Amino acid sequence: MSQVTIKNLQKSYGQVDVLKDINLDVEDGSFVVLVGPSGCGKSTLLRSIAGLEPVDGGEINIGGRRVNDLPPAKREIAMVFQSYALYPHMNVEKNMGFGLRFADTPKEEIAQRVNEAARILKLESLLKRRPRELSGGQRQRVAIGRAIVRKPQVFLFDEPLSNLDAALRVNTRVEIAKLHKLLNATIIYVTHDQVEAMTLADKIVVMNQGRIEQTGKPLDLYYKPANKFVANFIGSPAMNMLDVEVTGKSEVRTSDGAVFTVRLPKSIPNGEKLTLGARPEHVSLALPGKGITGHLDLIERLGEIGYAHIDLPQGQRFLVEVRGEPKAVKGQQVGVTLDANNLHLFDSSGQAVTPI
Amino acid sequence: MQKRFSTFAVHAVLAGYTALALAPIILVIMNSFKAKRAIFLSPLVPPNPVNFDLIGYHKVFADGAIGTYYMNSLTVTVGTIFFTLLFGGMAGWALSEYKFRGNTMLGLYLAIGIMVPIRLGSVAIISLISGLNMINTLTALICVYVAQNLPLAVFILGEFVNQIPKDLREAARCDGLSEYNIFFHIVLPLLRPAMATVAVFTMIPVWNDLWFPLLLAPTGGKQTITLGVQQFLGQYITDWNAVLAALSTAIVPVLLFYILFSRQLIRGLTSGAVK
Repeated sequence: MSQVTIKNLQKSYGQVDVLKDINLDVEDGSFVVLVGPSGCGKSTLLRSIAGLEPVDGGEINIGGRRVNDLPPAKREIAMVFQSYALYPHMNVEKNMGFGLRFADTPKEEIAQRVNEAARILKLESLLKRRPRELSGGQRQRVAIGRAIVRKPQVFLFDEPLSNLDAALRVNTRVEIAKLHKLLNATIIYVTHDQVEAMTLADKIVVMNQGRIEQTGKPLDLYYKPANKFVANFIGSPAMNMLDVEVTGKSEVRTSDGAVFTVRLPKSIPNGEKLTLGARPEHVSLALPGKGITGHLDLIERLGEIGYAHIDLPQGQRFLVEVRGEPKAVKGQQVGVTLDANNLHLFDSSGQAVTPI
Repeated sequence: MQKRFSTFAVHAVLAGYTALALAPIILVIMNSFKAKRAIFLSPLVPPNPVNFDLIGYHKVFADGAIGTYYMNSLTVTVGTIFFTLLFGGMAGWALSEYKFRGNTMLGLYLAIGIMVPIRLGSVAIISLISGLNMINTLTALICVYVAQNLPLAVFILGEFVNQIPKDLREAARCDGLSEYNIFFHIVLPLLRPAMATVAVFTMIPVWNDLWFPLLLAPTGGKQTITLGVQQFLGQYITDWNAVLAALSTAIVPVLLFYILFSRQLIRGLTSGAVK
């Protein structure tokens, strides 16, 4: 029973509200990723759960217990910091067992738990080393080990991979996912990297400016973004956006006259301004005159796929995923067709317009 | 060529300064091993078989009181270092870690102590100490020296506490350490290089001080070594052998302390804590 429930959480620094009415349920054993641009409040939320930041309103429950007024140590959480925060004057073994020493845990039990964690994380041969003698990845594992040893109800990860190089990041990501399965732990994980979010999470919480924009399963956020912000944030490269006007029951038109068939709710009258969103992987290059028209600026080649950057007449840029070798050359006029089944529409307030 | 010359020039200047600074000390040590006549007739000649004489050291070690004075100096210095580092570290930690009303004002108030020479308050200190019935005690000296050295210690240690990554303190909080345990088990060990610096700065003036021992503990077997040496300096006759020998031996403990602390000075301990 280690679910986390957050109700109406508020926090402000002076005049600035950094968390606005946060409501969040983290089920027992689930992996929840808080994601958002820097300054969106995701780290503050995590630190509030840890008890490192006082909150101004609302309630935090861990394992059914209200923890608002408890110090971090009493909340049965363990935090893994972005900087690892290993104690530099202690070896790996002492680093991991340090918290237990102050909880009056018997020596044999400390040793047993440390060895257990070391075995899981393959740190056995490093137990006597100091943090400065370890590589970045090893330090990271020690930091995780220090969390495991404490057997917390909830693990809190604050951007744990951002100090690792790209290859190691992928490896460690996989290891964290395995660890989650192995320990059956409840994890709250903060990152600004949406790939991490998509691959690790059972549930993603997208935050922006101190608010939760949307909560849901990774693919739900990808296929059914609730608003323009989530649509833009999830998916890389970002979704293309076009201003359109409703011209019929299931028809919208761009400013340069291209017409698309979409599914619209009945309530939307003709003439309503909307934003049409289409991911680069759901649009394709075509001959000029088909779909919307623009000029090819460049093609980024990533190997298996590439992204064609198209300049639209309105000055916008449109990205199209391409496979193989497109024949078009720089400056050439091209058309772009959209996949009617994978279009998103947003109203003027940025909320998704869903057909009823 | 130019570079070699400038390196040479730098070393020449440094060597010259070193010679200048060391000359009086070498003179004292040299002459402490010579007979009285030789000290006066040829003060610059190093000890040789003709003028060699240990009479000064014999006198110093024969005098039972000198041993006591050494112990007094040692007690005062060690006591001062200990309490200066403890309170300085705690205050530095509190001022940089906790945000409370009047934090900045308190910091400034403490910093004023760096600028105002404590000797200006000598009269008030004497009446305070005598009012507390603490004249001729080592405690009085330790109290005054700790007060004298705290402002700079708080300032330096506070700066170093600021350099300890915030994540470390928060990790310790998550690990369930009380604030005192965070201070003693995390902050203090990481402050060791800074503490060595402060210890050196504190130790040397305290060991060498003549002013406060003269005012606060001039008699009663509570004299420090610098004051104790004065017994060999008379109005009419000065026993130079003994004075020079006592001064030479007085250098030894402070030198040992310095060697001890300077090892810590060099060691950078925080590396590897955070990336």
